[in-house]
Amino acid sequence: MEYTVSSKAKMTSIVLIVVGLVALLAGIFTDHGHTDQRLWANLLVNGYFFFTLSLAAVFFLAIQYVAEMAWGVTTQRIFQAIMSFMPIGAAALLTVLIASSLHYTHFYHWMAEGVTDPASHHYDAIIAGKSAYLNLPFFWVRTIVFIGVWLFFANWFRKNSLNEDALDLSQIADGVSPNYRKAIKMSVFFLIFFAYSSVSSAWDWIMSIDVHWFSTLFGWYAFSGMWISCMIVAVVLVLYLKGKNYLKDVTEHHIHDLVKWMFAISMLWSYLWFAQFMLIWYANVPEETAYYMVRFEDYKLLYVGTFFVNFLLPFFILMSRDAKRNAIFILPVALIIFFAHFIDVLVMVFPGTLFDHGHLGAVEIGMFFMFLGVFIFTVLRSLSKASLATKNHPMYDESVHLHT
Amino acid sequence: MSDKTIYAIYDDDYVLLESAKHLVAKGVHIRDVFSPFPIHGLDPVIGLKRTRLAIAAFIYGMIGVSLALTGMWFFMIQDWPLNIGGKPNFSLFTNIPSFVPVTFEFGVLCAGHGMAITYLLRNWTLPGFKAKNPYPRTTDDQFVMEIHASDSELSAEEIKALINETCVVEIDEK
Repeated sequence: MEYTVSSKAKMTSIVLIVVGLVALLAGIFTDHGHTDQRLWANLLVNGYFFFTLSLAAVFFLAIQYVAEMAWGVTTQRIFQAIMSFMPIGAAALLTVLIASSLHYTHFYHWMAEGVTDPASHHYDAIIAGKSAYLNLPFFWVRTIVFIGVWLFFANWFRKNSLNEDALDLSQIADGVSPNYRKAIKMSVFFLIFFAYSSVSSAWDWIMSIDVHWFSTLFGWYAFSGMWISCMIVAVVLVLYLKGKNYLKDVTEHHIHDLVKWMFAISMLWSYLWFAQFMLIWYANVPEETAYYMVRFEDYKLLYVGTFFVNFLLPFFILMSRDAKRNAIFILPVALIIFFAHFIDVLVMVFPGTLFDHGHLGAVEIGMFFMFLGVFIFTVLRSLSKASLATKNHPMYDESVHLHT
Repeated sequence: MSDKTIYAIYDDDYVLLESAKHLVAKGVHIRDVFSPFPIHGLDPVIGLKRTRLAIAAFIYGMIGVSLALTGMWFFMIQDWPLNIGGKPNFSLFTNIPSFVPVTFEFGVLCAGHGMAITYLLRNWTLPGFKAKNPYPRTTDDQFVMEIHASDSELSAEEIKALINETCVVEIDEK
């Protein structure tokens, strides 16, 4: 079952990129000052959002292997395609991080000169206290190791799965593909690494923008955001391919299970968003509420609106079993909360980088569309490179007969 | 013709599922299946209606949420406002974040208990009630189909002949 990217899909992604570019340029020329900061902040938002979203696909694949999960085997190639965007996302993210380290932008105040030097008039005691962790060399060691190891695993899982397709099972003693066993082992290593790195990377790249502030929950909050975005993309891709008469082995039962995941991770995200907010609201410690003060004063609609959209829409619309199997219910909810999770990352970044100047305008929409266009193009191209159904996976047949 | 109840006893869930497909294709109506665990894919084969327990659970959950919110509005805002950590106590809306955990827990409590009690009542299996399953071994390693001769056009003898075509362990009649 080979998939070829239709010319319509190619056109759609190109139109998205062009429309995005036009909106971006229009936004730049009508902007009133701070345009460079705004562009960098947008690049960080989009780079982080799309990179971590494709990273979550590696994570979900790894869970499938470790749990020896059978139901999702027919959709494995979808997740492999999503993670093909990782190199581009990483490049966008690294561009911002390099620019910040070279002081082209000042998103990360702890990178500034003299903040840890008691003699300097820029001295900041709180940042100095954190400098054992937040210093440029260690920050770059972490960044490079994290991105490098993630890319290595993504590449390894993809190669391993493609090699598995080429196996001749009759030549193997027990008839079980050795690639599957290897993948389980590698998944364990990946998950152990990911458990630390997913949380720590969110501290490094996002939380350290608001460097005086900290939240122990932040890493999981960011992690659940990337996971839900990844599940949404997977669901939409499956529905799209089913609509084009591909993926014969994916039934409504698989869609039901995928949407269950989307629903559940939505609830996880809402829970973590609220848990972080509620504890800080209740304790009312000035150091902690600073983060929420700026969001409630300048970004109230985006910040609170995102929460309600991401929580209430899936909760009330996708709760029932029938809705989870019906594209008419799934697609609108999926597309709306996908955009809302983008806004979520935007409100993580903007208040600390653009202060009260940030808003949702042509620049933001434009760059989002550009990234989305490139993302769709990359993912579909990756889908077309291999058969949509894996071969020789020991649990493929079990997955075909899934019944929920 | 008096109604005869035929029990077909199997020792494997998959065999039972395939046999059920065979019997249903031949026009036999299977009233019920007793098994130690849920058999995936059986419900649509024997034509069981989808459970409405989920709808009941949602309603119980919503009742729990409204009860909790009403209760806390009355206790904490209306009747006896308490100053806890300087949190606003003059309206439900401004103090709602502190009520969310309790509301959530109470919603879950009502949904869970309501669902369990409804399920036990509907099955008439509340603690102390006598179990109605015809073969106690269906709680261990046996799988039993219950077929009423009056449910389908076929006679009891024809049904038994059809059952004998499957890998049945034992046929019993009551």
